[in-house]
Amino acid sequence: MMIDGLAPKTWLHRVPAGFKLAGLALLSLLLLPIDDWRILAGALAIVLAIYAGFGRAGFERLALLRPLIPLLVIVGGVQALSGGWYAGAAISLRLLAMLLLADLVSMTTTMSALMDVLAPFFNLLRPLGVNPRKMALAVALVLRFVPVLLTRWRAREEAWKARTHRRVPVRLVAVFLADILQLADRVAESLDARGFDTPNANRQRKS
Amino acid sequence: MESRAIVRIALMAAVIGVLGMLPGVMLPIAMGVPITAQTLGVMLAGIILGPRHGALAVLLFLFVVLLGAPLLSGGRGGLGVLFGPSVGFLLGFVPAAFVSGMVMEQLKRLPVFAAALVAAVVGGIVVEYACGVVGLMAIARMSLAQALLATAIFIPGDLLKALATAFVAEASYRGYPAAIASRA
Repeated sequence: MMIDGLAPKTWLHRVPAGFKLAGLALLSLLLLPIDDWRILAGALAIVLAIYAGFGRAGFERLALLRPLIPLLVIVGGVQALSGGWYAGAAISLRLLAMLLLADLVSMTTTMSALMDVLAPFFNLLRPLGVNPRKMALAVALVLRFVPVLLTRWRAREEAWKARTHRRVPVRLVAVFLADILQLADRVAESLDARGFDTPNANRQRKS
Repeated sequence: MESRAIVRIALMAAVIGVLGMLPGVMLPIAMGVPITAQTLGVMLAGIILGPRHGALAVLLFLFVVLLGAPLLSGGRGGLGVLFGPSVGFLLGFVPAAFVSGMVMEQLKRLPVFAAALVAAVVGGIVVEYACGVVGLMAIARMSLAQALLATAIFIPGDLLKALATAFVAEASYRGYPAAIASRA
């Protein structure tokens, strides 16, 4: 997450990102074929216990998943209608346990640590035309654009609301889009002006 | 790839994220289900950037989400989204953007509004729902009929979004003719 550096650290933060990703992959493979709801409930209880061990931060993270509850109930209910209650419970429990497990990795791993784990894979993709340097630039640009766009949009919205009580129209979105596309083209020009795309700029990143 | 293409791809990926953060800016609420504008961004990415770059923008968005950025509607993000029952809809964003872009390219002779509307319906509704339904069948083990029924309530909202997409594409093309890649 973007503000991970500020969050209090837990024991799971100190586990290397590569281990956590490998562990997640392994555990998902193990959970997939299990259809016994008691084992799945046990797995879910263990995962929940880990969250509880994190204290407040853990509970706050769990609260973020609340919007998914109706969907899980529908999925479990549909399954219960056709395959009985145990099948319904099993599928909901499995989905919830896997979801929480994956979220545990995301919660305790910074974005840059994940990028570092993935860097060797991007290097493998180099022959396919994937340039790891440009990939990193693109990710950084997305993360930078999000707050910029939000601020710009809020400013437009406020300007509209200061002048009228009517709802913000779709037209405002269109003007906004034309505006930010020009912004993007200017950002590209300034990247080129600083020599980002010149061939001899393709040097290796210092490690 | 040129810098201009990279920056535009990153921009549209950010737009998809921002639209997910602004619930119901301009879209009405249908039957108690809050409609997010996220797929609006997906349709726009294909229409504005073209099929290849549009799909890349969506891939970049998904990549950043999986890395943990809370940009999915409802502030979700992280690897957990891969295990949700709606993962088909999520991965379907990629072909949805690609097909929207392809249709937009094919319909060069139509006015922007009409071409974008067809592109948004074909990519953002037909392709997107096909992927979402397959996902529900695989992950939630629903039958085809059950999955279709469970998703049908969202279609009216998505038709509104397709209209909004066409309107936005038209108006931004008028404001900045270089906006749409296939017409620049």
